[in-house]
Amino acid sequence: MENFPVLLTILLSPVVAAIIMAFIPREEHLLIKCVAATGTFISMALSLYVFFAYDQSLGGLQFVQRIPWISDLGVTFYLGVDGISLPMLLLTNLLGFSAVFSSWNVNHRPRDFFILFMLLVTGVMGTFVAQDLFIFLLFYEVVVIPIYILVIIWGSTKRVTKEYAGMKLTIYLLIGSAFLLVGVIALFMKTTAIQGAPDMSFEGLARAARYLSEFDQKWLFALMLFGFGSLLSMWPFHSWSPDGYAGAPTAVSMIHAGVLKKIGGYGLIRIALYILPAGAKFWAPVIAFLGVCGVAYAALAALAQKDLKYIVGYSSVSHMGYVLLAVASLNVIGVNGAVANMFAHGIMAALFFSTIGFIYEKTHTRWIPDLGGLARQVPRIAVAFMLAALASLGLPGLISFVPEFTIFIAAFKVYGGLAVVAIAGIIITALYALRAGANTLFGPPRPEFNHLRDIRGPEMVPLVVLGTVLVVGGLFPFLLFDVINSGVVPLMSQIGGALKIGGAF
Amino acid sequence: MVEFALYNAWLVPLLPALAFLAIIFLTRPWPMLSALVAVGGIVASFVVSALVAYGVFTNPEFLEKPLVYAVRWFSMPGLNVDVGIQVDPVSAMMIFMVTMVASLIFIYAIGYMKGDPGFSVFFSYVSLFAASMLLLALSSNLVEMFVAWELVGLCSYLLIGFYSYKISAREAAKKAFITCRVADFGLLLGLLALQIVFGTLNLVELSDKVAHYEKYTTFGVLTLIAVLVFIGPIGKSGQFPLHVWLPDAMEGPTPVSALIHAATMVVAGVYLVARTVFIFAKVPAAMELVAVVGAFTALFAATIAVTQREIKRILAYSTVSQIGYMMLGLGVGSMTAGLFHMWTHAFFKALMFLAAGSVLHALHHKADIWEMGGLIRKMPVTGWTFVVGGLAIAGIPPFAGFWSKDEILVAALESGHYVLFVMAAFTAFLTAFYMWRLIFLTFFGEENPANHPHESPPVMTVPLVILAFLSAVGGLVGTPWAPVWSQWIFFEHPHHVEPNYWVMIGSVVLAAAGIYLAYQLYVVDKAKVKVKELAERYRHIYTILYNKYYIDEIYLWFNHTIIDGAAKLIYLFDIYIIDGVIVNGLAYLTGLSGESLRVLNTGRLQNYALVFFLGVLALVVLLAFTGPSSASLTLGGVK
Amino acid sequence: MLPLTVGLTHYVVLSALLFAIGLFGVLSKRNAVAVLICIELMLNAVNINLIAFSKYITPTLFIGQLFAVFVITVAAAEVGVGLAIIIAIYRNRLSVNLDDFDWLKW
Repeated sequence: MENFPVLLTILLSPVVAAIIMAFIPREEHLLIKCVAATGTFISMALSLYVFFAYDQSLGGLQFVQRIPWISDLGVTFYLGVDGISLPMLLLTNLLGFSAVFSSWNVNHRPRDFFILFMLLVTGVMGTFVAQDLFIFLLFYEVVVIPIYILVIIWGSTKRVTKEYAGMKLTIYLLIGSAFLLVGVIALFMKTTAIQGAPDMSFEGLARAARYLSEFDQKWLFALMLFGFGSLLSMWPFHSWSPDGYAGAPTAVSMIHAGVLKKIGGYGLIRIALYILPAGAKFWAPVIAFLGVCGVAYAALAALAQKDLKYIVGYSSVSHMGYVLLAVASLNVIGVNGAVANMFAHGIMAALFFSTIGFIYEKTHTRWIPDLGGLARQVPRIAVAFMLAALASLGLPGLISFVPEFTIFIAAFKVYGGLAVVAIAGIIITALYALRAGANTLFGPPRPEFNHLRDIRGPEMVPLVVLGTVLVVGGLFPFLLFDVINSGVVPLMSQIGGALKIGGAF
Repeated sequence: MVEFALYNAWLVPLLPALAFLAIIFLTRPWPMLSALVAVGGIVASFVVSALVAYGVFTNPEFLEKPLVYAVRWFSMPGLNVDVGIQVDPVSAMMIFMVTMVASLIFIYAIGYMKGDPGFSVFFSYVSLFAASMLLLALSSNLVEMFVAWELVGLCSYLLIGFYSYKISAREAAKKAFITCRVADFGLLLGLLALQIVFGTLNLVELSDKVAHYEKYTTFGVLTLIAVLVFIGPIGKSGQFPLHVWLPDAMEGPTPVSALIHAATMVVAGVYLVARTVFIFAKVPAAMELVAVVGAFTALFAATIAVTQREIKRILAYSTVSQIGYMMLGLGVGSMTAGLFHMWTHAFFKALMFLAAGSVLHALHHKADIWEMGGLIRKMPVTGWTFVVGGLAIAGIPPFAGFWSKDEILVAALESGHYVLFVMAAFTAFLTAFYMWRLIFLTFFGEENPANHPHESPPVMTVPLVILAFLSAVGGLVGTPWAPVWSQWIFFEHPHHVEPNYWVMIGSVVLAAAGIYLAYQLYVVDKAKVKVKELAERYRHIYTILYNKYYIDEIYLWFNHTIIDGAAKLIYLFDIYIIDGVIVNGLAYLTGLSGESLRVLNTGRLQNYALVFFLGVLALVVLLAFTGPSSASLTLGGVK
Repeated sequence: MLPLTVGLTHYVVLSALLFAIGLFGVLSKRNAVAVLICIELMLNAVNINLIAFSKYITPTLFIGQLFAVFVITVAAAEVGVGLAIIIAIYRNRLSVNLDDFDWLKW
């Protein structure tokens, strides 16, 4: 077991599943779905193993795998996990597995759907385990293609057409990555000049970037901030998020809101903050301000929505505002909270989208005024919906409370009044989450939904898997925080714990 | 045994929590079994609580030093949060009271909820509630307390909305949660500030540090913190101006109203203030705020209660008013009196709610007291136990309410809060009046022939009798002549009240006057002519009171106009400005530039050839007239 | 009578003239076949250039001539393909007028 390439197996398991699916006749729907489930299950089980086998007392990168690749550019196929990427890896696989079951009823070209979905999951996972900037970008680009195809073929047209949604999503992702790429290339050129030898690994870049001039750090960070920020739906670059989720099929919404978005936050912490701390210091107030804007703005916008998916779409923009605020506080508590909140939001948003997917599948509508009283007819869906809604408003005992609490502490300490605005967001969140729940699930049951069948069998998997994580993570937050902390503390100490906010502002 | 209970007090919240899990995952299809599990859980918890209480109240060491045991919940550099159990007289009293009342109410609910399709679910929710409430009482840490605080709020939400197919229940539940959420925002800010300033939210450590707060912060900040923390109780305990949710919360089943919205959860705010009293004690301004809010709420809610017609709504406003009393007691510096009133109130208010539930059960949920009358003949147990409750709340000696109310009045007077004292005394008069108005209209007078009441089964009446007994004698633990209560429940040093006979006599006279007035208006005057006359003459005041000062309407307007308006505005901004102008605008510009450039693409070979030629010509000219070095620069070629 | 010696300049001028005539034809002729002929003209202008420079500047090496042979070969191939295309178009459109050949647009 010592030298078993666990991460590589996790990464390749869905790919192998996709290859197997390619040889299954397209009519064998059930077989295809089972293969997809098996592939993601292997990844999930192994990443759970990695999560608990990770030695927290040791910290740092573990389960490392290095294969030299392009030596002229200093690129190695370098995989590894630390306390920050590990929760993200686990999150991806929990969601990937659940999403397969949320798509259990996809009967329109399921083989193509699941093959693309497997590639998507692999791409997302790859970004989290890559420890080399080149590999990171490579996996990131792998993600974009399946997303686009999945949306335009299996998406749904509501306020905007699915083609528009898919295009918006893809172009936003590409614009972000274009800016990122400029930053990465400039960083690479400059660090190579400093070091004399090319090195694309995070550590190598961070080592060399220490000698960059303050000015260089600032503008490089700005590029990365724009790239990762638009991926994280940072206000005002957020408008792809509600439209994109509304157009995408359930599984894509789950993965996208659940983990793909988190690549932005992860990159901001693991790459931008780690490599360019001086730039981070300069831009922190801006990040905080945009984060708070996002929280308040998106929460209010969510309040005005009538389409369930739009509510969750805006809500996820709002929650990512907390992540930005936490990153901007630039202290150990804040970064811990940011990573934990990304994990918590991933689980919660995925459960939300999965449930909405089922509601839509059964009632053929997501329009709140057309819904109501579902709690009587489909109680399990109601349970899942309420769990997600309550987690979204940060109810203690569910996974998102402790991360939000830590974020609030960190942000309140550093930003004071600005943080109060963000904390006030919990009221608006409660308002829209409960309103959506009340108007969808409660009230007099509608006769036209009397025939609905509650979720059962494979459809229960997302509820069970994600619901369990939601509750267990809420009651035992140390499970999550101990791992994250073992990654955050060394990171923050390496970039100089005494980071003071300020810069030019 | 006692030792075991003391060191394993975590069993107290755990047992109902296990009952909750057992019902949800195992016994849900079998209603009676679920009820047994729930009752078993809470009774077992009561036994442990009783042992804990016995252990605490026989050992004066607990006055000096609470028993605390905790485990790590999560930690990181700069933030350590433990969850633990703190056993001291206050928490022991609280868990004893909660488990006792809850046990009785659970048993009562078996009868009340009989035949309901959600029978098992109901018992799972109340078990979860009991677990959260007990955790709240035993918390050793403010984060833990906040968790429990929100969980009781959740249970309250679930139970108010228990009949969720009714729109009114659904809306009431939402209102309760969101109103409390607004308050929790304040509380959360307070807790964050405490954590940031003092670096801990552990109650014991915090009280040590706050005692020397000068080392950490300024007086102003501490005042702000105290005010912020107090906002939480304002919401949870239904104090003005966040009381609006509590009367609506009566949409839930009656046992819930008794358990959550009368006896236990709504006094959590009082309990929280008592738990953090070491902060309030340092800042007189915050104490004043607590006292003023309490006294004002007491009076304010009592005036509304005078005009209401629905039996549970009157009781709800009475609850708001009585909690105001408790706050007043705390605010004037007597934690002893405030918590004493909480203790007695739990008995008589639970009693009255359960009796009201028995009435509603008999009348098939017809709630208007004007349509009742003479029920005591058909429902003697319910009626007479309610009368005991009425005597207790009115403050007739020796019933429980008299002693606690008296202590609050004395505390207000002794601390020099004369205005508040007068308000409280007038409230006492109003309380006696509206409560006996309810009793006379419901249980006495002529029977309404449309009603066919019957006495409730013993499973409901026995808890009533026990609660009536407790309401009668529960106050004897704290008489001025034998002040057992104040020897155990106090802040800093025991608070011994000398019997103040003037206050006692005065309050009895006021209570009697209230009852007498109600008797004159609603019993002697059979046709209720005077009442109608009064309502007619003071029509404006009556309308305002009947409509609860229009506060709900104001909030509704604020919510629907301001908040929703802002939301709509932001959304339109998002669609039309951010999305429309900026995002789609950029896309449009890209498209436009393509559109305009495609004109160059004529499709004629000769045009293209001409362009080639002109291009070559330009290059040649450039090379010829500027020389190779500058040309290569211009063209960006290699040097 | 001026002594007339044919020098490099004459060749270059001849070549330039031929090229210009060809270019003019390519840009202005409507008939595709005429355009092809003009292209041939331009190619031959280049050939004259190549051979003239080769003769006067590197008389011992035959680089220019070699290139000219290549050009002639390529030109022959090009005419073959070009005429084939023109005939194919003519079969479809019954026209060899370049003004009708604007399908490359957009």
